Amino acid sequence: MAFLGTSTAPLEHSAVPSPLFHIAPQRGWLELRPRELWDYRELLYFFVWRDVKIRYKQTFIGVAWVVLQPLMTMAVFTLFFGHLARLPSQGLPYPVFYFAALVPWTYFSTALLGATSIVVENQRVITKVYFPRLILPISAVLSGLVDFSIGFLILVGVTLAYGLRPGFAALYLPFLLLLALATALGVGLWLSALNALYRDVRYVMPFLMQFWMFASPVAYPASLVPQRWRWLYGLNPMTGVIEGFRWALTGQGSPPGVLLLASSAVVLLVLAGGLLFFQRMEGTVADLV
Amino acid sequence: MNRVVIHAEQLSKRYRIGQIERPLQLREVLTRALRSPLALLRPVPRETFWALKDVSLEVREGEVLGLIGRNGSGKTTLLKILSRITRPTAGRAEIRGHVGSLLEVGTGFHPDLTGRENTYLSGAILGMRKQEIARKFDEIVAFAELEKFIDTPVKHYSSGMYVRLAFAVAAHLEPEILLVDEVLAVGDIKFQKKCLGKMGDVARAGRTVVLVSHQLNQIRRLCHRSLWLDDGSLRRDGSTAEVVSAYESAMTAPDVPASHGEAAGRIGPASSRTVRIVRWEIAEPVASDASPHTLATLGPVTIRLVLDAPAPLRHGQLELFLYNAEHVLLWSRQISGLHLDSGRHSLLLRFPFLPLRPGSYDWSATLWDDEFRSDRWDSFPSMLVATESLQHPLDELSGPLNLPCEFSVSPTPLIAASLRGNELF
Repeated sequence: MAFLGTSTAPLEHSAVPSPLFHIAPQRGWLELRPRELWDYRELLYFFVWRDVKIRYKQTFIGVAWVVLQPLMTMAVFTLFFGHLARLPSQGLPYPVFYFAALVPWTYFSTALLGATSIVVENQRVITKVYFPRLILPISAVLSGLVDFSIGFLILVGVTLAYGLRPGFAALYLPFLLLLALATALGVGLWLSALNALYRDVRYVMPFLMQFWMFASPVAYPASLVPQRWRWLYGLNPMTGVIEGFRWALTGQGSPPGVLLLASSAVVLLVLAGGLLFFQRMEGTVADLV
Repeated sequence: MNRVVIHAEQLSKRYRIGQIERPLQLREVLTRALRSPLALLRPVPRETFWALKDVSLEVREGEVLGLIGRNGSGKTTLLKILSRITRPTAGRAEIRGHVGSLLEVGTGFHPDLTGRENTYLSGAILGMRKQEIARKFDEIVAFAELEKFIDTPVKHYSSGMYVRLAFAVAAHLEPEILLVDEVLAVGDIKFQKKCLGKMGDVARAGRTVVLVSHQLNQIRRLCHRSLWLDDGSLRRDGSTAEVVSAYESAMTAPDVPASHGEAAGRIGPASSRTVRIVRWEIAEPVASDASPHTLATLGPVTIRLVLDAPAPLRHGQLELFLYNAEHVLLWSRQISGLHLDSGRHSLLLRFPFLPLRPGSYDWSATLWDDEFRSDRWDSFPSMLVATESLQHPLDELSGPLNLPCEFSVSPTPLIAASLRGNELF
């Protein structure tokens, strides 16, 4: 039993030729190993599963919290930005206007905060076992999808309740979600590596998230930004994601076509840079954390 | 001859001093950059040390290899490089086959998850497939003897239960190459025996194992071949009997040669004037079975530290520490104003009794000579406490103290009892 295995053969893999691993000092800039990531997909699943399980076990109201948090923010935004400040809402009812932005934004901010802290949080495991470290930030952005799904269902409910019917534009939603995920992962790779190197990065995070939210059309429509600053504004990928969400769900407003192209280009650059930076840190992270 | 599964050439690992203890703060770097932007381009001079230096080795399939050496001699660093947790600074290695590393018991355990959930999580982190864990699940739970508590969050487990489950998961790992670091030292003697039996099974199953242990009898029992690492370098490679006895005689030699005095753990000027502790033993009670490092009775105990002072010591200070197998500090004492003439001395520590549960313990001492640290010493070998347990018969329900306690029942009048209760307030 146990180490002997329940199988008759002493080595379970003896029929399969054993893999060969090379160990050497880190050289070169990029050693992406997509095959290895695929080999570790089960561990990725377990990390996501652990995150989700613990999140719902620790908050004593569990799932209710996931529902309440964006709903209450929506209520606050509707009251202050909508009814008091009378910000334009592209002709949408305020609750729909804000909730359609808050659902992707909440996902993005949860995923990014999770990805930033996950390497440091798993320092014990990192110093005791090998696995491609990249699966940690990936698991952080994936586990946020569970909360997102719940929020999204409510969003669809709210939209329908206000008599709005999504059209073909709704087919854009998976792409928009993917864009939000890639943004969170790309920036998360940079920040989680920085966080492992410099432990005070986490103090900057609340400020960064607040700043980023106001630099995205969450509380107001993008049309409020003066035309000559639009290009700069469009460099923020979350602009395209949030405007896109409103448009795709309600069919109102203009399709953010050019904005999305620019956003995708920016995201690809950030993601590629993040991979490089993360990889540089990966080889020595066990010595740092 | 079996094929070679681990082939390493001149593996070296350099650490920066302070790198491990304190991560940098981003604001320090930014402040420095603002003050003198050009300084960032210059490499910061830092003190470094080699945790591992030019270690080459070959391990063949089915071999059980022991790694011995003092604390800080590079054993764990070598295991971390071979398991790919960290990269070498220089050198290269090739490994044929899946590697499982057990550097800690309970890797990946989360207190809020149940025993069942942790079994899956820890199994996956250690490298098992989900299907494999599902297949062995009942066996793991049975080994841990935790059938009743498997759906309880592990934060409600006693440390004994926790260790049993953690080890049970690890014991069912079936990699082709297993790297084990000192994990068998956890728990009490009874549990260690069970684990040792398990390790014997691995060895007989023809898997390749590299085992780090301070307990030389474990190494003797399990390993055919051993490596002795000293100060990051390979000092000896050969049959276990030969390497272990060479190591033992070097560690207990009445006069440790000065050349190896700077070995791991000892920091201080390499001067012949350095005062140092050379060995230890239990002076009282005198052991009948010839081992001066095993304590078998519950009475008064005297520990003797033998100290060599090449020059007189004035204003010396001695700090003494006692650790358990998990390296938890149990007791310490500071003795200052130590005046010694040159020559050999015995320092005697008398205790009315040592109320320690059976298990393995380590003494550690730091000796200060005026201003500078003269010696940092770890007891070798460990102290084994093999007294009778005075506690609960179940391991997981017994604590660190082995205290005698007399129990009695006496009739107490009701009024007196309630009066006494009121006096408290």
